[in-house]
Amino acid sequence: MTLARQDVAKVAKLARLALSTEELDRMTAELSQIVGFVAQLEPLDTAAVAPLAHPLETQNVFRDDVPAPSLTTAQALQAAPRHDGECFLVPAVLGESGAA
Amino acid sequence: MTTQPVMPEPYVTVIGLEVHVQLQTQTKLFCGCSTRFGAPPNTQVCPVCLGLPGSLPVMNRAAFGLAMKAALALNCRIAAFTKWDRKNYFYPDLPKGYQISQYDLPFSADGWLEVADPKGAFARKVGIVRVHLEEDAGKSMHDEAVGTADSRIDLNRAGTPLCEIVTQPDLRSPQEARAWLNELKLLLVYLGVSDCNMQEGSLRVDANVNLHVPCPDGRIAKTPIVEIKNMNSFRSVERALAYEAARQYDEWQATKAELGKIPKQTRGWDDPAGVTRAQRHKEESSDYRYFPDPDLVPVTVSDAQVADVRAAMGEPPAVLRQALAERWRITAYDAEVLVNQGRELVAYYEDVATRVADGKVASNWLQQDVLRTLNERGGMIDTFAIRPEALADLIGRVQKGDFDTSRGREIFAEVLASGRSVADVVASLGIAAVGDDELVALCRELIAENPKIVADVQGGKEQAAAGLIGQAKKKNPNVNPGKVRQMCLDLIRGR
Amino acid sequence: MQPAELSATEIVAAVRQGDLTAVRCTEAFLDRIARLDGSINAFLHVDREAALATAARIDERRRAGKPIGPLAGLPVAVKDALCTADQPTTCASKMLAGFRPPYDADTVARLRAADAVIVGKTNMDEFAMGGSNENSAFGPVHNPWDLARAPGGSSGGSAACVAADMAPVAIGSDTGGSIRQPAGLCGITGLKPTYGRVSRRGLVAFASSLDQIGPMARSAADCALVLETIAGHDPGDSTSLAADVPHYTELLDQPLAGLRIGRVPEHYAAGLDPEVRAGVDEAFAVFRTAGATIVDVELPHAKYGVPTYYLVAPCEASSNLARYDGAHYGVRAEPGKGVRAEPGKGVRAEPGKGVRAEPGKGVRADEFASPLVEMYCRSRGEGFGPEVKRRIMLGTYALSAGYYDAYYAKALKVRRLIRQDYLEAFERVDLIGGPVSATPAFRLGEKTGDPLAMYLVDLYTVATNLAGVGGISFPCGFTKGGLPIGFQLQGPALAEPTLLRAADRFQRLTDWHTRRPKACA
Repeated sequence: MTLARQDVAKVAKLARLALSTEELDRMTAELSQIVGFVAQLEPLDTAAVAPLAHPLETQNVFRDDVPAPSLTTAQALQAAPRHDGECFLVPAVLGESGAA
Repeated sequence: MTTQPVMPEPYVTVIGLEVHVQLQTQTKLFCGCSTRFGAPPNTQVCPVCLGLPGSLPVMNRAAFGLAMKAALALNCRIAAFTKWDRKNYFYPDLPKGYQISQYDLPFSADGWLEVADPKGAFARKVGIVRVHLEEDAGKSMHDEAVGTADSRIDLNRAGTPLCEIVTQPDLRSPQEARAWLNELKLLLVYLGVSDCNMQEGSLRVDANVNLHVPCPDGRIAKTPIVEIKNMNSFRSVERALAYEAARQYDEWQATKAELGKIPKQTRGWDDPAGVTRAQRHKEESSDYRYFPDPDLVPVTVSDAQVADVRAAMGEPPAVLRQALAERWRITAYDAEVLVNQGRELVAYYEDVATRVADGKVASNWLQQDVLRTLNERGGMIDTFAIRPEALADLIGRVQKGDFDTSRGREIFAEVLASGRSVADVVASLGIAAVGDDELVALCRELIAENPKIVADVQGGKEQAAAGLIGQAKKKNPNVNPGKVRQMCLDLIRGR
Repeated sequence: MQPAELSATEIVAAVRQGDLTAVRCTEAFLDRIARLDGSINAFLHVDREAALATAARIDERRRAGKPIGPLAGLPVAVKDALCTADQPTTCASKMLAGFRPPYDADTVARLRAADAVIVGKTNMDEFAMGGSNENSAFGPVHNPWDLARAPGGSSGGSAACVAADMAPVAIGSDTGGSIRQPAGLCGITGLKPTYGRVSRRGLVAFASSLDQIGPMARSAADCALVLETIAGHDPGDSTSLAADVPHYTELLDQPLAGLRIGRVPEHYAAGLDPEVRAGVDEAFAVFRTAGATIVDVELPHAKYGVPTYYLVAPCEASSNLARYDGAHYGVRAEPGKGVRAEPGKGVRAEPGKGVRAEPGKGVRADEFASPLVEMYCRSRGEGFGPEVKRRIMLGTYALSAGYYDAYYAKALKVRRLIRQDYLEAFERVDLIGGPVSATPAFRLGEKTGDPLAMYLVDLYTVATNLAGVGGISFPCGFTKGGLPIGFQLQGPALAEPTLLRAADRFQRLTDWHTRRPKACA
């Protein structure tokens, strides 16, 4: 199983990971190896098997709609790389819309 | 779906809506932070909604209940099993790097909501693809004028419970889209699901629109679908859709580009300019890598639970309109006007109507006096100074013939202005019911003073008696004009 | 009385009776940390003053005749993946250097409420990803039995500090073996409870459907003591189990007669070190002596455990670690600049474990769509270490459009088959025994160039997590070279009483768990 370098670069972009040229080369080789390894599941016949995303079989866990204390603004911003005392500051968000 | 009976344009506009509605809960979807609007930035946040390491979500029972209510009111099928998925993307208003939403197993699907034809001709069912529950993101604020300066992020809104409602592309005109949104809003407000306040972001609409253009060869060409965002009122939705339809037709004529030939475009509505503008394309935007959120467990809903929610739901507007018209013998139009004002006004109306035992009269007073006043002055029926018992008192006096409707209006205005009771105002204006003896004396006086009118009446011109009524009012403003007229006629005819 | 020689159970009893003060006990362990940790590197943070102040308050309360908690005076080391409001929580990542959470993990809160004394935060593989503790941004942990060898991981610091008597008990977390494997390689006892038995709230998530917190100590009895405090329902964790918490310590005495222990032929595949195999066989013999029956059972899909795990865990991790993006906390690479440690944010360069700024990676600014995207990519590119990046990449790839069904969905189906195997096996046996690791502790650096070889160290442990059941590992012998050999027992959901009782019985019949590394005398 060999992944193309540009596909790995695409994944890095999706994962928001800056990789140096050397890192990208290495990552391409290592991911190819690992993907080849996990591909051993492929021949296993699982057509009749339902996926199991979680070991718990519990359902319907809710909490009541009762307010709980929030953090103070100072606590909320305490670990922020940059803030103005009220809001988190990030490099300009221009036009690029989020989802939904 | 039926096509439009009349086609003023050489194309059919095909519209689907995606509506996000904030559920009326005390706390957020996954934590106990308040959802109150307008708090200072980052004062309603905790480790969960900040996405701090190690924080975990726990679902708000009330949010799920309200969402179920909305879905049932939209005639959706409630899934027996539903789960929560992560929608992964990076954005500074999304602190976890994913939004908890629903992907392949939404809790409800396949519904409809009727919209009346804007011309009142017929009602149409607009299909609902799905209704699902998800969390809202925070707010990023950027002053474009400052250029490349920082954006400020307020996470108060992050984690607020939202219902996403997706319609089928069943709407056929901008007006119809607006009318449907009005009906949706009314429904959700009626059920207490949401306050649907667009200014506060409790209701947001995106629209997908394209055109079906009949070609000379008989084929129907479909233009590429455009998603419109940034519409801040139902009026903007209507305007944006109208603009976009016209723009697409122009583009179609110029390019003949059809659906599927170019990728779906997103355009933002610029309200002051009255135009839609293409938004920047986001790379790999659609690869959200949805997968089941392992921090939450699925929800199962039994038929009995669905029945309970349905039973507790109360009449939705469409049902209430019909019921009101039948119960109080008012026209469908009157019922619509009353119901469209909201549940509180209907309760007020029914209170008054019951007290005066006349739905039609109560409806007239509500529409002509109460609603007019509310429209002029603003305010809510709940806090309206004249309470139902006072209005019923006033109407009752008119019904008894103590005074006529126009006099009643003056009293209404005075009660409103002074805050005093109807009885007080009646007394202070010297309005007292005019006794029969007093009325006879007054009419005799009038007959004596107006030989010409008497002669006219005796000559068969009954309408001449109207001249006496104005004079009667000058002598005693409390007289009932109808009674004066009848009394004068009787006296003139010598009965 | 040398506190460092006492078991946790003995310490708690001694403090309660007034034979030992919490301060003296805490001091003794802190002194050992000061003396030994320079060569072991098990701790990322030790707050001597705070620990002693806590201990002093407990002593005062005891002297004043006020009630004290069930763990009063017991020093506990906590893996740096658990949030502590008064100490940094870094997950051994440069990404969270100096990060102080505004809240305590549920486990930490329970320990404090029980009057345990938290002595420090232990080293680990970055974000719990690794099996050797070499993936720490703050340097590897050295195995106390041979400082040139790895302690295992990811809870390597927790295992090593207990092995070196720098703490009588430690808290670890186990996503694919991260408690049991280092416990095995360091000659201590480690319990991975049933999924959901201990709240995950405040445990920095690696793979949410697999993560579980558990105790690591010198004996099963000490693990039982700690589990009594940290287990239990937490309404703040939707995946926490509501089942009552048994008195684990009181259930240890029951004899093993009639207990059926499964032996899995698949465990004896090629690659199992002969000395480990011999140790495991001997352990089965001990259990037989204790009255247990050994029954062969099959786990036919166990061999798919590692590939399944290396899809499920990275997929969840790629999403769980998306929040480390430089926007709201943690380190940020400002556009056009390097990773910056904010002034006053307490990015502390511990002696010899400094925050290392990677030299410029040669990524040109014009490669990013915007300054925001640059901040994201560079903060993450520079803040995460190689193994974390590898797993984020793998998970992102396996969840991305066109690959989801072939990888993630496929893995979830095999996960069900693996769990099914366990459910069927546990109808025939009460517990399943076998090796923890195929080999004893390997040399530092031995596997760092080969990620896949490193993944295979989880061979015997990942299936437990995939199935959501429990497992315990404890020493069952030593190699000729003096390295501990670990034995693992796995049990069905909520079988902690049986796991602890069996391990405790084994430890009453053997003395492997009482041996101490010479280097740490």
